[in-house]
Amino acid sequence: MNRREGEGCPRRNADAAQDRDAGANSSSPVIAAFKVFQQELDTKHDKHERLVKISRDVTIESKRTIFLLHRVTSVPNAEDILQEAEVKLDAVRQKIGQIAEELRGEDIFQFHRAFTPGIQEYVEAVSFLHYIRHRSLISLEEINARLVFGTAEKGTAEELQTDGPVLTFQVTPSDYLLGVADLTGELMRMCISSVGNGDIDTPFQLSQFLRQIHDGFSYIGNTGPYEVSKKLHTLRQSLGKVEDACYALRVRGSEIPKHMLADVFSSRSALPDPEEGVV
Amino acid sequence: MSVTEMFSYIQGSLSADQDVREEIRKVVQTLEQAAREILTVLQSVHQPSGFKEIPSKCAKARELFCTVRTQLGELKTKFPVEQYYRFHEHWRFVLQRLAFLAAFVVYLETETLVVREEVAKILGIQVVREKGFHLDVEDYLAGVLIMASELSRLAVNSVTAGDYTRPLRISNFINELDSGFRLLNLKNDPLRKRYDGLKYDVKKIEEVVYDLSIRGLAKEAGDK
Repeated sequence: MNRREGEGCPRRNADAAQDRDAGANSSSPVIAAFKVFQQELDTKHDKHERLVKISRDVTIESKRTIFLLHRVTSVPNAEDILQEAEVKLDAVRQKIGQIAEELRGEDIFQFHRAFTPGIQEYVEAVSFLHYIRHRSLISLEEINARLVFGTAEKGTAEELQTDGPVLTFQVTPSDYLLGVADLTGELMRMCISSVGNGDIDTPFQLSQFLRQIHDGFSYIGNTGPYEVSKKLHTLRQSLGKVEDACYALRVRGSEIPKHMLADVFSSRSALPDPEEGVV
Repeated sequence: MSVTEMFSYIQGSLSADQDVREEIRKVVQTLEQAAREILTVLQSVHQPSGFKEIPSKCAKARELFCTVRTQLGELKTKFPVEQYYRFHEHWRFVLQRLAFLAAFVVYLETETLVVREEVAKILGIQVVREKGFHLDVEDYLAGVLIMASELSRLAVNSVTAGDYTRPLRISNFINELDSGFRLLNLKNDPLRKRYDGLKYDVKKIEEVVYDLSIRGLAKEAGDK
């Protein structure tokens, strides 16, 4: 909605400007100066729009990768899916390469708001894949290390010119943090579906991992940006659900036939979250 | 790297970030103080007695810009130069104020629109990003818009003080400014919101000019 307004208005403005332009004294220094400003602002806005577009693509593709990864638990040969996810993420990285290309020689933070949603989603996807593979948290360096773009695919002629400065993209610590906070939501979903599949070990691993992340976020507390403290609340809820699931498994797991575990769990998680009031 | 290690690493970078912000905030506070002082000096042009002293007031304001230059020089040292936009929010407001004050001084002296280069020179900063701490074009434009509303006030007060020619000159100037702003394709951002206020300033000045001309006061002054 907001964006549409933003797109519509410049056009109207431009029309008005053209009408006036004929009448206004175009040789005056003020008008000449504003023509320069017009160009400068338009260039900046265009770049911003392009970045928003790429960021959207990055978001969509990352989301799809996450959905794909959720299938891992229910499919016998997980390795195929992981391979497929890897390919998808390579495509996402290409897109991030485009962002880096746009930002060449620019101040990254000037346009940060344009691409931060996409980057967060990418962090979420890549850390999810990493968790499924290695059962550990991907580090910021590991993410950044994979966002180095050679210029090789752009043809040899250009390669020679732009070979010197290798294009890199640096995920900022706060984007990383927000992406990891989103990851916890995915882990919670993964926990639920693995219970459904009768997988007893994964929920316990997940709850331990989530607890570690939760501790990490508590350690950061409110030194981080404002969004972090907002996400901390959701993280607590996710953690609560996972811990409840583990509890249910431990207490009743031995009594109830495996095929009924999922029902037990879903009835439990439907109960109102006791943690909510305390937080 | 374990989860705990990762988080303590992130925490380290976040708190380093906060330290930088704290430093910036301190300098920005002194800058705000300086901007208020300049504004107080310039506000006196609205007084009937102040109209005769415009040149001396401007000279005094220009003196005060010296401290602004040194403080902006200090601000530059507080953060890496390529991270200007990371901390932009902290000084955006005060920089717009200062741009306004510089534009106002220049207008009072020469009755022309200050160019961006001149503002940057008065503040002792750069125009283009590549050369260091610079004046963002949007901040400059915002400063000019603040000046427009100040001028509409000045038009009213100059009539009260018995100067009937000034509103006409201001009117011409503001109209030119308005057509300049019409050239811009503004997005739905703070600058656009501020620009939307310009039409009220234009309207107000036109009313003043109208009042003067139906009473023959504008002619009496012998300008038109």
